[in-house]
Amino acid sequence: MPALLQVKDLKTYFYLEEGVVKAVDGISYDVQEGETLALVGESGCGKSVSALSLLRLIPIPPGRIVTGEVLFDGDDILKLNDDELRKVRGNRIAMVFQEPMTSLNPVLTIGKQITEALELHLRLDRGAATARAIQLLEMVGVAEAERRISDYPHQFSGGMRQRVMIAMAMACNPRLLIADEPTTALDVTIQAQVLEVMARLSREFGTAVIIITHNLGVVARYADRVAVMYAGKIIESSTAENVYGDPRHPYTLGLLNSVPKLHQAAGEKLMPIEGSPPDMVRLPPGCSFYPRCTFRIDQCKEEYPPLQIVAENHYAACWVDVTKGRPSKNGN
Amino acid sequence: MATETVAPARNGQSAESEALVDVRNLKIYFPVMAGFLISRKIAENKAVDDITFSVKRGETLGLVGESGCGKSTTGRAILQLYRPTDGHIYFEGTDLGSLRGNDLRRMRRRMQMIFQDPYASLNPRMSIRDIIGEPLTIHNLGNKSERRERVAELMRIVGLNPYYASRFPHEFSGGQRQRIGVARALAVSPDFIVCDEPVSALDVSIQAQIINLLEELQEQFGLTYLFIAHDLAVVRHISDRVVVMYLGHLMEMADRNEIYDNPLHPYTKALLSAVPIPDPVLERKRERIILTGEVPSSLRPPRGCVFHTRCPIAIDECRQVVPEWREAAPGHWVACHRV
Repeated sequence: MPALLQVKDLKTYFYLEEGVVKAVDGISYDVQEGETLALVGESGCGKSVSALSLLRLIPIPPGRIVTGEVLFDGDDILKLNDDELRKVRGNRIAMVFQEPMTSLNPVLTIGKQITEALELHLRLDRGAATARAIQLLEMVGVAEAERRISDYPHQFSGGMRQRVMIAMAMACNPRLLIADEPTTALDVTIQAQVLEVMARLSREFGTAVIIITHNLGVVARYADRVAVMYAGKIIESSTAENVYGDPRHPYTLGLLNSVPKLHQAAGEKLMPIEGSPPDMVRLPPGCSFYPRCTFRIDQCKEEYPPLQIVAENHYAACWVDVTKGRPSKNGN
Repeated sequence: MATETVAPARNGQSAESEALVDVRNLKIYFPVMAGFLISRKIAENKAVDDITFSVKRGETLGLVGESGCGKSTTGRAILQLYRPTDGHIYFEGTDLGSLRGNDLRRMRRRMQMIFQDPYASLNPRMSIRDIIGEPLTIHNLGNKSERRERVAELMRIVGLNPYYASRFPHEFSGGQRQRIGVARALAVSPDFIVCDEPVSALDVSIQAQIINLLEELQEQFGLTYLFIAHDLAVVRHISDRVVVMYLGHLMEMADRNEIYDNPLHPYTKALLSAVPIPDPVLERKRERIILTGEVPSSLRPPRGCVFHTRCPIAIDECRQVVPEWREAAPGHWVACHRV
C-alpha cells in the first residue's frame, strides 16, 4: 500500500536581504496511514517550515517552495490550484498550531469557528453543524460543551484553547493531522492532558499525525517514527526505538546526551553540544554540523553526506560510523 | 572571591544552623484594583500563602511548579523586590524586612538574580561592558580601570572572549546572552543567586552548556542557588534538594533523589508522571497519572488543601482543613492529609 503522504526532495527557501535561507533543503519522508511521525530539532532547523510547506502556508515572498513533490492520497499538493487546495486544507489535512491564542479568531465564538469548517467542507446546515461542534468539544474534553460553544477564545484557558484547536482540526475527520509544537506553551500537567487527547483521537479515527517538537520526551512517548532535522535537512530517521536506543548521527547522539533525564539519579555531568546552532544564511560548505561535531573528519568539511541506510529501516547522513567510536584522526 | 565578614546576630528564630536563607511563614498578596479615577481594592491575589523553608549554604535548592504557582514571586521576595504581606526572610540570621536604605543595599550585593529571558533582560542599548559592569558602579566598587579589568575577568569566567566587551546584546546568540546575564550576577561576588528559569528559553543543546557553567561556578565560588524551573528533569539534575509548589503553597520538599524515587504528595506524583522521558522503551512501561481539570485561580483558591479540586485521592477533610506542613521522614517535608 502506498504511503498516505510522500514528501520528495522538498526545498523551501527564503530570499532575504542578508541572503538566501535554505530553511528546508531537500527533505524526503513518508507518513503511513494512522502512524505518528515526529519531526524533531531545535529552533531554526526548518521543522515548522517543512510542515507549513505541506499545505503551502509559506508567506510568498520572501519564501518560495523551490522544488519537490508532496504526494498526498494520490495528489501532488504543490501542483493543486487554489480551489483544489482549499478542499484539502482543514479537511483532509488539518493543522494545530503552537499558540492557540493567536490562531483562534478573538472576535468569533468558538462555536462559529468550529462550524465554519463543517459548513464549508461537509456542507452541513447550521443546526447539524452546531450539534456536531458540541460533540467535537465533548470529545476533546471541554466540560459543558453546550454552554461553552457560545464563549469567545479569551474565556478559555491555554489548555482548553488547545483542546478547541484540536476539536477544530478533527472536525472534518482528516486523514492527516499536523501538530506544530502543540503543547510548548502549556504547563506539564496540561501538556499531558492535551497530548493524551490527541493520541486517543488519532487511535480512534486512524488519523496519521506529524508532530513537530523540540521535546525529546514527547517524541519518545508518542511517536512511532522520528526524523531529526538540523539546518534544513533530515540527518537521521528511523523508528523511535532505533533513534533513541541506537542513534547513528553525532547530532542525535549529542542531543540525547545533553538532556538531563528525569529517571536517572543525578551526579553525572551533562555533555552539551559545544558551539551554537548555525547561521542559516552562512552555512558551512560541507556538513552543516561540522563545526560542532566531535566525530568530524576532513571529508565532512568538503562534502555533505547523503542520507543513507545504516541499518534496517534506519537512515543517517554522516560520513562517520558513530558506533565504532570517535575516529582517531580528528579533522581539525 | 572575598566574602564580606558579617557577623549577624541571630534574632532568636529557630533556623537550622547551616541555613543561609530562611523563609518563615511568608505571605505575598497582591491587591487587585478596579475602578475609574478612584480605584479601590476589590480582591487579593494570594500569590504566596504561608510558606516556610530554608536554603542551606552551598546547596542548590530547586523550586518547581507550574506557571502561576508563586515560584518566581518567592524568588523575588527573597531578594526584597517585593515586600512580604506577612512573614520573615532571614539572610544569615538578619531579618531582611527590617533593613532600609544603605543597609538593604549592602545586603543586596550578596544576593543576585539570573533571569529567564536573555533577550529581554539585557538592555539593547548598553554594551556588554556596561551591562556586566553596572552592578559594580551601583555598589561603587573599584575605579574605572579596575572595573574594566573585572569585566574582562568575569567574561573569561563565564566563557566569553573579553575582546567582545564593546559589542551589544543583539550580536550574541541566546546561550551567549545568558552567559552575559550570569557574568552580571557574579560581578559583585554574591553568596546567593536566584536563578529564575535560566535555561528554559534556550535550545536543548545550549541548555546543558549553561547548566554545566552554573555548576562549575558554584563549585569555584561556593555559591548558593535557588533554582526556579518548571522542567523537572533539569531540576533533578542540578538541585541538592527540591521543593514543589502549587497555587502559592508548598506541597513537598526532600532530597532530589528521594523526591523523584519516593514522592509522597499526589501532586508531586502526577507532576513526575506527566513529564515524558526521552526513552521510548521506558515510556511504554510507565504508569501515567493524568490530572483532570486545571489550576484554579489564585484569586479564589479552593478551601482546605488547594490541590483537592484535582487530587485523585481527596477526602472530605481535604476540602475543609489546610494540611499541615510537616516532616514525614527525616528531611522529607509534605503537606497532605493522606500521607
